Amino acid sequence: MSTAISDTTPPALAELAGPAQRGYWGTVGYRLRYDPVTLFFITILVLVILAAIFSPWLAPNDPYQESIIRRLKPPGYRGHILGTDELGRDMLSRLLYGGRITLTMGILPVLVATLIGGGLGVIAGFAGGFVNALIMRIMDVFYAFPSVLLAVAISGAMGGGAVNGMIALTLVFIPPLCRVAETATTQVRNLDFVDAARATGAPVRLVLWHHVLGNVLGPVLIYASSLISVGIILASGLSFLGLGVKPPEPDWGLMLNALRQAIYVSPLAAAMPGIAILITSVSMNMASDGLRAAMDVRS
Amino acid sequence: MAMTSFAADAADERDRGGPQQPLLTVTDLRKYFPIRGGVLGRTVAHVRAVDGVSFTVRKGETLGIVGESGCGKSTVARLLMRLVDPDAGEQVFDGEAVGEQGGISVAQMRRQVQMVFQDSASSLNPRMPVQNSIAFGPVAFGARRADAVAMARELLTKVGLNPVLFGGRYPHELSGGQKQRINIARALALKPRMIILDEAVSALDKSVEAQVLNLLQALKRELNLTYVFISHDLGVVRWISDRVMVMYLGEVVEIGPADAIYTGPKHPYTRALLASRPALDPDQRREEAPVSGDPPNPVNPPSGCRFHTRCPHAEPVCSARAPSLGDATGFGHLAACHMQDAGSGHTAASVLQ
Amino acid sequence: MTAPLVEVENLSVNFVTRESNVTAVNGVSFTMMPGEVMCMLGESGSGKSVTMRALMRLLPEKRSVITGGIRIAGQDVQAMNDRALRQMRGATVSMIFQEPMTAFDPVVRVGDQIAEVVALHRGVSHKAGRRRALDLFDLVRIPSAERRLDAYPHELSGGLRQRAMIALALSCEPKLLLADEPTTALDATVQIQVLILLRKLQQEMGMSVIFVTHDLGVAAEIADRVAVMYAGRIVETGPVRDLLRTPLHPYTAGLLASTVHDQPRDRDLETIPGAPPDMRRLPPGCSFAPRCPKVGGDCLLTVPPPVSPAPGRVARCLRVPAAQPEFA
Repeated sequence: MSTAISDTTPPALAELAGPAQRGYWGTVGYRLRYDPVTLFFITILVLVILAAIFSPWLAPNDPYQESIIRRLKPPGYRGHILGTDELGRDMLSRLLYGGRITLTMGILPVLVATLIGGGLGVIAGFAGGFVNALIMRIMDVFYAFPSVLLAVAISGAMGGGAVNGMIALTLVFIPPLCRVAETATTQVRNLDFVDAARATGAPVRLVLWHHVLGNVLGPVLIYASSLISVGIILASGLSFLGLGVKPPEPDWGLMLNALRQAIYVSPLAAAMPGIAILITSVSMNMASDGLRAAMDVRS
Repeated sequence: MAMTSFAADAADERDRGGPQQPLLTVTDLRKYFPIRGGVLGRTVAHVRAVDGVSFTVRKGETLGIVGESGCGKSTVARLLMRLVDPDAGEQVFDGEAVGEQGGISVAQMRRQVQMVFQDSASSLNPRMPVQNSIAFGPVAFGARRADAVAMARELLTKVGLNPVLFGGRYPHELSGGQKQRINIARALALKPRMIILDEAVSALDKSVEAQVLNLLQALKRELNLTYVFISHDLGVVRWISDRVMVMYLGEVVEIGPADAIYTGPKHPYTRALLASRPALDPDQRREEAPVSGDPPNPVNPPSGCRFHTRCPHAEPVCSARAPSLGDATGFGHLAACHMQDAGSGHTAASVLQ
Repeated sequence: MTAPLVEVENLSVNFVTRESNVTAVNGVSFTMMPGEVMCMLGESGSGKSVTMRALMRLLPEKRSVITGGIRIAGQDVQAMNDRALRQMRGATVSMIFQEPMTAFDPVVRVGDQIAEVVALHRGVSHKAGRRRALDLFDLVRIPSAERRLDAYPHELSGGLRQRAMIALALSCEPKLLLADEPTTALDATVQIQVLILLRKLQQEMGMSVIFVTHDLGVAAEIADRVAVMYAGRIVETGPVRDLLRTPLHPYTAGLLASTVHDQPRDRDLETIPGAPPDMRRLPPGCSFAPRCPKVGGDCLLTVPPPVSPAPGRVARCLRVPAAQPEFA
């Protein structure tokens, strides 16, 4: 009886007709391999992050070592590859160490906000109705303020410092991430496969875990990765305003602020922290754009 | 190897009332979807999607449900699965009321009733290999993962797909027909007694549609299944169904044995529906459309008989009073039309009797 | 002898992306006389809609490579500049789609949209355009036409919306109407109304229609001639009666046999085994060979040339008798 119902395509032909089996992440990797632009920016990002992580070993000098006589020297001056800053500290070392603080301030708030905001968004999207209205209206209140203003206001109210700055940034990032997660969840929840999973009689947590989360994670992660560059810029901005990291810590935003006064004396030195911020955030944006394209498997 | 695990047992231990007891009886099922409007999002009207539907499905038969868009046939499917909660109505599964005291719970019912959806693409998780989608139900009910996947691969063979080739694939790597076979395998994974097929072959190409229909018939015989087959395609419904129910604007207008309905339709709507099928012969082209206009909006359905606005036999009584179907849970050939009711006051009623 | 209205010569369309090169249409040739109704019959992915869009030059120019010749009313469509193309679309050729909502702007009243098109193409006032729109609504049998002109697209039911789109398409009295599955999304009782309407309008106006469908029944209702497409090629053409009664190509025969239409219930349906080929990797030789009951070794070697066993009938199959006249 069961032989009567087999698919009559000969296996060999079916194999010829079918595309190669790569799996989801395999396909994403395959696509990225053939996207030189994205690969280039991912490489730069990896280099920046590695440089920040290994700054104690890479930095040629002590980033806190001041020298009155060696202020604002040009690149290449006596072993200072990128010259010195307004207090005679080694610019390259400070940029390397500064990457640690700036990247942490850019990345950590986004990670925490992804967990909190994403979680709230998934709950709101899947529950719908009153729960959704409650969560999303609260988020709308935060939305009413421009993100820069909100970050400044919160960290200003809590007092400056790196930790408070990061808390402020986390709070700023929760509403947009919540919104993205909620939209993605609402879309997925209305697809038939979620109904099919519910129709097996499986408990809600299993349906959420196996069928909803995996499909929401992609868009949320992509959005979060694009927020990291915003985070770096905002963190630098807070430091620039004196609300984030305090001197003499080497933070890119803070360095930019301090070197501002030297812009007529040594424009190159004044531009360097800005260039670091620019390179990192542009790479982050380009990489997440490429990732977005590669992760859209069905296109 | 559990090769016999899917064979029909001569006596299913879940069978309670014996072959004479209907597998499913539905009485007076109702679902009105609210339409929200205005600034405050208040309910301004209702879509009367399903409005007092009753029917019975016998063990081992296929009940076909036909009708046009907006007639409520898909809502009936979702109500039967309790994916949507009914506003009113009673659902008795093999003698036990569903979701009521002394009956069986919705979760217990869902283990015995499964569903296959129309859109084969959106009904599979795009991020999950298809064999895991099939195994999800059994795992959720406590089967060991390895056992469930082994069973999923056995089911793939059963629906005509080589598990070595197809088990690890993702939905976007399969054709529409293959995806629908996966959906059928998933529906079988919990060893259900009844499967609701909601436009399950409608999106498939004709040459693939016939393959899947043959598969469904073979599985039904082999596994002793009962089907509720919902479709807008009259030809397909006739081929697969033992009995057919015709719906119009949320109501049942006619129900009866398939051959009786197709050879001697009693309701003018059923007649119009059958006459609207394109002929496969260019020499028998239709010159006049059987009815004019579109089906009305189910938000404000016409009074009385809902078909009276398009019916060629409409009389004052048709808009004044709604005709009754009679004992819809029986197995005879019934039509909700005043012309079928000798005492209705319709001038054609006595002639027909 | 009148000149043909449409001449398509060896048309091929390739969609080129970074990862793949899909041959959607693969050497399609046909001619059409004025006043003829031709059905392009085929399953999803057979290339029937792409052929249609190529006639209107509606394919994305950057990603599609089109070769071969298309002449409509004597003009080379491929060589037209933007102005000539605009002139052709609407005035000579117009098109109706499966989903009429996509043809209308959702925030403009349908009457105004039709009036605008008429005013643009004919150089008349908007008021004259409205009058023409009213005539058109009467022509496509829209009840209470005056009132319906003031409706927004979403306020019309599916059947009325499709009629309104037909009215829009007919506004400049085209010589050729391209209909891409216009009745597929409609309910059964509405589909037959629209089919009958299209047939009557075609006869009254004497225009040619190319009607794309996957439904044999629809083809039987409306076509003079049918072209069956499979995997980007026309595998068989012929007058609708002959083609449906005595199909030449095994694919046409299989399609007819597997269409569910009052077959006995106790027997399995006849099927075409397998699935259509992957258009990125077409098999050499006849594309239908892997699924064909009459397949032989020669089928896998070359693409069968068109043969004509009877006047007006053409099939691309090595098993069709006239293919080897020397053995006959």
